[in-house]
Amino acid sequence: MIDPVVWLILLPLAWATLAFVLGPGRGAWAALAGLLAQLGLAVTLAAKVGAGGTAVTHQVGGWGAPLGIDLAIDGLSAAMLLLTQIVALPLAVYAHAYFKRDDPARRYFWPIFGFLIAGLDALFVSADLFNLYVTLELVGLAAVALVAMGGAAQQIAAALRYLFATLVGSGAYLFGVALLYGATGTVSIATLTPLVTMDAPRLVWIAAGLMLVGLMVKTALFPFHFWLPPAHGGAPAPVSALLSALVVKASFYLILRLWLGPLQSLLPTFAWAMALLGAAAILWGSWQAIRAVRLKTLIAYSTVAQLGYLFLIFPLLSGGLALQTAVMQVFAHGLAKAGMFLAAGVLIHATGQDRVAGLAGAAGHLPVTLFAFGLSGMTLMGLPPSSGFLAKWLLIDAALAQDAYAIVAVVLAGGLLAAVYVFRVLRQAFLQAPKTAMLHRVPRSLEWTAFLLAAASVLLGLRGVELMQLVGAVT
Amino acid sequence: MTHHELLPLAVLASSLLPGLVIFALPESWHATRTTLNLLGAVTKVALVAVLLAGVSAGEDYAFRTAVLPGLDLAFRADALGMLFITLSAILWLFTTLYAVGYLEGAPHRSRFFGFFSLCVTATMGIAMAANLFTFFVFYELLTLSTFPLVVHRGTDQAMRGGTIYLAYTLTGGTLLLTGIVWLHHLIGHTEFAHAGIAAALGSEYAGQLKLIFLLLIAGVGVKAALVPLHGWLPQAMVAPAPVSALLHAVAVVKAGAFGIVRIVYEVYGVELAQSLDLLTPLAIAAAVTILWGSFRALFQDDLKKRLAYSTVSQVSYIALGVALFGPIGTIGGLVHLVHQGIMKITLFFCAGNYAETLGIHKVSEMDGAGRRMPLTTLAFSIGACGMIGVPFTAGAVSKAWLMDGATAAGMDWAIWVLWTSSLLNAAYFLPILWRAWFRRAAAAWPEEHIARRGWRETAGLLLLPPLVTAAATVAVAVFADSAISPLTWARLIAAGEYRP
Amino acid sequence: MSSGLLFALTGVILFALGVAGVVLITPLLRRILAFNLMGSGAFLVLVGLAQRNGMSDPVPQAMVLTGIVVAVAATALALALARKLHALTGGLELPADDDD
Repeated sequence: MIDPVVWLILLPLAWATLAFVLGPGRGAWAALAGLLAQLGLAVTLAAKVGAGGTAVTHQVGGWGAPLGIDLAIDGLSAAMLLLTQIVALPLAVYAHAYFKRDDPARRYFWPIFGFLIAGLDALFVSADLFNLYVTLELVGLAAVALVAMGGAAQQIAAALRYLFATLVGSGAYLFGVALLYGATGTVSIATLTPLVTMDAPRLVWIAAGLMLVGLMVKTALFPFHFWLPPAHGGAPAPVSALLSALVVKASFYLILRLWLGPLQSLLPTFAWAMALLGAAAILWGSWQAIRAVRLKTLIAYSTVAQLGYLFLIFPLLSGGLALQTAVMQVFAHGLAKAGMFLAAGVLIHATGQDRVAGLAGAAGHLPVTLFAFGLSGMTLMGLPPSSGFLAKWLLIDAALAQDAYAIVAVVLAGGLLAAVYVFRVLRQAFLQAPKTAMLHRVPRSLEWTAFLLAAASVLLGLRGVELMQLVGAVT
Repeated sequence: MTHHELLPLAVLASSLLPGLVIFALPESWHATRTTLNLLGAVTKVALVAVLLAGVSAGEDYAFRTAVLPGLDLAFRADALGMLFITLSAILWLFTTLYAVGYLEGAPHRSRFFGFFSLCVTATMGIAMAANLFTFFVFYELLTLSTFPLVVHRGTDQAMRGGTIYLAYTLTGGTLLLTGIVWLHHLIGHTEFAHAGIAAALGSEYAGQLKLIFLLLIAGVGVKAALVPLHGWLPQAMVAPAPVSALLHAVAVVKAGAFGIVRIVYEVYGVELAQSLDLLTPLAIAAAVTILWGSFRALFQDDLKKRLAYSTVSQVSYIALGVALFGPIGTIGGLVHLVHQGIMKITLFFCAGNYAETLGIHKVSEMDGAGRRMPLTTLAFSIGACGMIGVPFTAGAVSKAWLMDGATAAGMDWAIWVLWTSSLLNAAYFLPILWRAWFRRAAAAWPEEHIARRGWRETAGLLLLPPLVTAAATVAVAVFADSAISPLTWARLIAAGEYRP
Repeated sequence: MSSGLLFALTGVILFALGVAGVVLITPLLRRILAFNLMGSGAFLVLVGLAQRNGMSDPVPQAMVLTGIVVAVAATALALALARKLHALTGGLELPADDDD
């Protein structure tokens, strides 16, 4: 009897080890086969959760909590698992074609990629705070290693900066877990939820604050975003895509889990502060993206801005569809940002340089890539018919329900600002190309995988009902 | 899926599918591209004809799918929508022919025709939208698909025009979205319905409804070029002539005007709009636009810019008609939606001909053009006479109904506005005609691209469309009382809107 | 004051010192040491608070063991990166962030 939960964690570990042993050529094929199987498992799991309406649980090795590890999957987990596999598969195809034969990065990409996916899958199904810490660290360390993969001093420095930030973040989180355990005697999410109330001891409040700050650092929320642009902007394109689309969402997922679950009663105190930082992220990130000289830096700052939208949700969580709104935004940004970074990788490869101004005309020769960038841009701007638009609609609707007009204004302004930096890049396609422009040939699979992800972000905008039902199934 | 559901989707597909294929075509496959284009255009006209026959017989064509719980993407072919759809489909066919001729030898034609097709798909979606949500989706798609057409030439001027275009339309879209979400929040849906849906709310919502109306009208008013939101239109003239023809006669400005019609009649309902005192401000805004547009046109030497300001002015006739409470005004506004389209596209086709054949871009260069290009200038003259309101032209019919509607609504000042506009129209069109017909040509044309061969003053594909639309300008007036004229259709719609 | 509480308070101080070190210190090796201090502080709190129940609680001890493993892995990664940086630049400090 194949338990999808277990295999979603074991499979990537298996092919990661296999890739390390077999080397990059055959290792890539192992990875692709594994990811394909994982996608099937994620879909099965999502169907099971969506239909069943009850959370699926699993005790690792038959040992239950508190000494063993309990895994639990509800609608939110199933959705995140689905997103991870949906992004990872095209990304793997892209990476296979992207890394050239003699690229040293190629050797280590596949094993570390596998560990990253395993960590993400494990994170989304963990049911106790400490296991979440372990998986969070696994994801963080794998991500740091991927950032350092380029090998240049700039990238090593960016990786170290990221490493320190992520370690401080998870350190704060762990400290919070320690305090919580001391105050309540348990780390299981299910057990904690009824124990924490508005008149919890001061220790719990401090723990909550620490965990929140730690996770905000890992999610690169303004003003803790300083590590993101160099890390995401300097890494190879598939790595940037992975980081922006999935890794930062892992810590956000954790924040969502905590504040929808155990720390729910404490939310009102923290919610508006989170929203304020989110608004600042949108404005500051967009502004920096508009000013950015390099293409990948522009996209990285766009991530900083888009993450801000996620934090606007928190004051609205008491409303009906707030969780679904967050998931829609996560999906929209995840798919679109992955597509955008992959498209950027193609553009940079083709023109041999990475400045926005240097893309003139070259983009006109790569229509598929340009469409990929355009469709991703549509989602980021929140223009219909994209999933970004649905997320925007849901967010505005939720904000209006709670009379949070400031949030509505920020969301609308964010869309317009995104248009400024997206069209900064798109207009390059229409400029008359300078005659001396040189164009390198780009493998087809690179263009089409980018297009696939970007198109997915738009197509989700035509049919969001199933996703909403999945997340609404059980929380 | 029944054919009643399939037909609206087929209408969309008839331009979407060829468009997507054209994007993938290599630049050198001219014949394939042109065939696909024309095949799509002809198919669309055929499908629209079927729809038209069905709708006038009372058939119901609708398609609906859920996007979010409680939010549907919905299409419906109703009488009002058919007015816009028919205009768009027929004019698209002629613009496609014209564009093929105009862009002969130009670069990036696959890209151009791809976005061209997307643009028409978006217009069809706007016309068939059955609720504000669907309307908005295709409205923004129209913005996105027209931007590449505006900046097609890639020059600095083109990029500047494109940036301004985006700034205006995206801001307008934001305002429109705000209004729509707010309304949806209050009512629970945004379906278009006879006599509107806003009346279901109690009177305590009056203040909010007025604000929402402002947001909605401002949002669609950008595309409809209502003053002071019209600034993008003259700047967008940097686009090639087929694009200007499409933007001004068929797609963008009409989408905005159509939006105003839908909002007043099928979201608010004309009775509610009247009782909330929303129609008078709309009429005033329309009147200001009519006069200001005509006034600015007087001072433009660039031919297309003069036509652009003329469009700013003329499209607001539609808004004025909508704001004149009563069936007569409504008929005037609705029929002008069609008539202005036919007349303006004629004028832009001719302007494009002058530019392509002789390199003429300015009014001051038009001396003697009538002798060199008599057929084009004849078409131009007919279109200009229509704008002025000379009898037996389309413009005269719409103006007559609008003036009657003004009297019926008790807004006699509007008649004064319409007369002034006619005079101003004469003031900026007649000099052009006089120059073309009666002045001697200058020593040499700015840049003669296409030589005259016998009676063929320019390429056949450039000559045919303006002649056809000019003939239509006269035909819709002479045969205004026939069963298939736009006027008869407009009367049918108005009768439906005002029934209790 | 019970020994458990003493351990816990020490842990808090160590944690604070560690965080300050990672954030403020410039030489890389010392930052890595500061991170280890931070981790040790958190572990002390876990173990210290576990002792307060009279009987020793095995769960936090298991957690700390896992945590130590994680910390070792992180330190190894940090040191490997630092060594690579030293090989490339000759220095052991993070270069200034050039934001473009």
